Amino acid sequence: MPEQLIWGMEVFLNGLMSGVLYALVALGFVLIFKASGIFNYAQGVMALFAALTLVGIMEGQVPFSHLINAIFGTEVHHFGWHVPALLAILLTMVVMVAMAWVVNQLIFRHLVNQEPIILFMATIGLAYFLEGFGDMMWGSDIKKLDVGLPQGLNPFIDEVTYNIFGYGFFIDNLDIVATVVAALLVVVLVIFAQYSKQGRAMRAVADDHQAALSVGISLNFIWVMVWSLAGFVALVAGIMWGTKSGVQFSLSLIALKALPVLMLGGFTSIPGAIVGGLIIGVGEKVFEFAIGAPYLGGATEIWFAYVLALIFLVFRPQGLFGEKIIERV
Amino acid sequence: MKLKLAALALGAVMAAGPAMADLVFPSLSYRTGPYAPGGIPFADGYADYFTLLNERDGGIGGEKIQMPECETAYNTEKGVECYESTKGSGALVYQPLSTGITYQLIPKVAADGIPMLTSGLGRTSAKNGAVFPWVFNFPANYWDGASIAIKHMLDLNGGDISDKKIALVYHNSAYGKEPIRTLEELATKHGYELTLLPVDHPGQEQKSQWLQIRREKPDYVIMYGWGVMNQVAIQEAANIRFPMENFIGIWWSGSENDVVPVGEGAHGYKAVAFHNVGDDYPLYDDLKAYVFDKGLAAGAGDQHGSVVYNRGVYAAMLVAEAAKAAQEIHGTAAITPVMMRDGMENLEMTEEKMTALGLPKFGPEFKVSCENHGGNGYGAIAQWDATAGEWSLITDYFQSDQEVLAPLVEEDSAAYAAENGIEPGC
Repeated sequence: MPEQLIWGMEVFLNGLMSGVLYALVALGFVLIFKASGIFNYAQGVMALFAALTLVGIMEGQVPFSHLINAIFGTEVHHFGWHVPALLAILLTMVVMVAMAWVVNQLIFRHLVNQEPIILFMATIGLAYFLEGFGDMMWGSDIKKLDVGLPQGLNPFIDEVTYNIFGYGFFIDNLDIVATVVAALLVVVLVIFAQYSKQGRAMRAVADDHQAALSVGISLNFIWVMVWSLAGFVALVAGIMWGTKSGVQFSLSLIALKALPVLMLGGFTSIPGAIVGGLIIGVGEKVFEFAIGAPYLGGATEIWFAYVLALIFLVFRPQGLFGEKIIERV
Repeated sequence: MKLKLAALALGAVMAAGPAMADLVFPSLSYRTGPYAPGGIPFADGYADYFTLLNERDGGIGGEKIQMPECETAYNTEKGVECYESTKGSGALVYQPLSTGITYQLIPKVAADGIPMLTSGLGRTSAKNGAVFPWVFNFPANYWDGASIAIKHMLDLNGGDISDKKIALVYHNSAYGKEPIRTLEELATKHGYELTLLPVDHPGQEQKSQWLQIRREKPDYVIMYGWGVMNQVAIQEAANIRFPMENFIGIWWSGSENDVVPVGEGAHGYKAVAFHNVGDDYPLYDDLKAYVFDKGLAAGAGDQHGSVVYNRGVYAAMLVAEAAKAAQEIHGTAAITPVMMRDGMENLEMTEEKMTALGLPKFGPEFKVSCENHGGNGYGAIAQWDATAGEWSLITDYFQSDQEVLAPLVEEDSAAYAAENGIEPGC
């Protein structure tokens, strides 16, 4: 088999894996948009905030320590304990649920029935607030996140592909874990939305919140639940990306990778986020390998992802799996 | 009533601004945004050194120091706004920790007559003082860094790297592209094969670049990165089991921030350095006594001794020494920006002087002149020990390849002079 083809297959597989990581971020956007019609600009920052909180809890960091020390002249930084990863994840989830409640109480319950653009602007405000709040709460230094996920070359795949092709493929263990987690997440979310009472209520609110209210569904509860779910997805994305690059401010920029995925997969489809992510991941990696690096000087991935999404948009404005737009006059 | 309000406003402005005789060193810092982990320690080090001079020596030559800080968030537009809003305060010198901001300020500082120091960053050809009278980039620049990395490889390979493949992984920006020409010229001289691998901002996703490195198996990788790009690159290198001792970053890719998140995988990673590391210097005793223990440390006070904190201290120390030189030349403590420029142009840093300042063996010796605003181009190689959790210099300071670099500086600065109608001269 030609060398280029073998390398292309490795690039293709890595593109799939990268796509899963993009999809993890896109899922949070889809959940909130599906249930409330809000395009949540703050989703990337929520991933950052969740990861910061997780590391802070694991390391026993005193929240707002810089502020406390500046006001009271103290020197407190750590509680002196380390919390096991699993417990820290649960505690972080409690924080994310509390955040969802506060966000709903202070912002979105006051904006019911407002134009989507107003809701969108509110999420921009939320993003900037959360960014500063997270920074003040946990500090802006780069933190190592280690919840025990494996990282680096998978020797099994390396060996198997070497025996077949005479070249061992590089697949990152972390990407494999991310793929399994994303698959589980999608299955759980789809089952929840289709078969649970709360999931059906969520879909009812998404279809027509006034009709849902008239049959006794609590809009407040559903929105808090949806923001909590988005917080959970943000936590999962934060763990994956934070393990990869350390937990730092740049984590919030992963939202940039989710936008073309949403354009392609549609804003209302959970499987669409996954399929969109895979197409974007594979598309950008294969383009970079075959055309970008050899002919265009490289670094084509970011803009090519958007070009790919725009091409799809021309033919399917609602995205691959989005709900068909029907306007009646 | 209006008169009272005007008087109050004037009073407030006078109270907020520095006294006219104070020496003003504005700090265009970035404590927020994606590059804050690099901006914070530099700003803290810069501030703490000036605080030390105020507390211990009563300022410089008896004149107190003011250091207005302005947040740029590493954003070029905000950086220019900060410059415009602080230059009227009697600013003596600017040190923007950003190549983008530097490029915007080069024509402005020339028009306003305020010197600018861009140690280890900015426009490399500003080394030619005949074309850039207001810009300085001592003790080393980007091209020196690239050449020092190549010289280190030559040292490791008995002076012959003609059969080697070298990849440059760089931030796809004006900064990251700076060493390309130098590395191409050095490739012509030494015969190595060069591969260029750009990474787009912010650099969180580098799978393509590192798969290419894995396929092409370069002998060495040089990195010009900043921010999250550094941690991801070092992590990816560890993932593909690239030998860390053959991975060399520029000084902006060589701090604790870049290696700590990678853990043991970063062990052996190297970086070019133009100053030393750690806090085992007499100067730190003074910082502790006069600044830290008095609760006067800038920021959260948790950056002391880190690589970029030391860079901030060093940057402040260099301009403080230039201010002393200016005071000596002009016989007055209350120097102006024009006098400050003279001080910078006559700055000489010797080991004897560095020892007296409490930083023995901290930085290279160099001398600035009208023609040479960049010093002698000395740097060293630092290596990360993940077990000990510390950087250490593994070589002495050695000079970059001036035979290759000097004509490049000449050529690039001549092109700038021609484009901007500048008549070079000293």
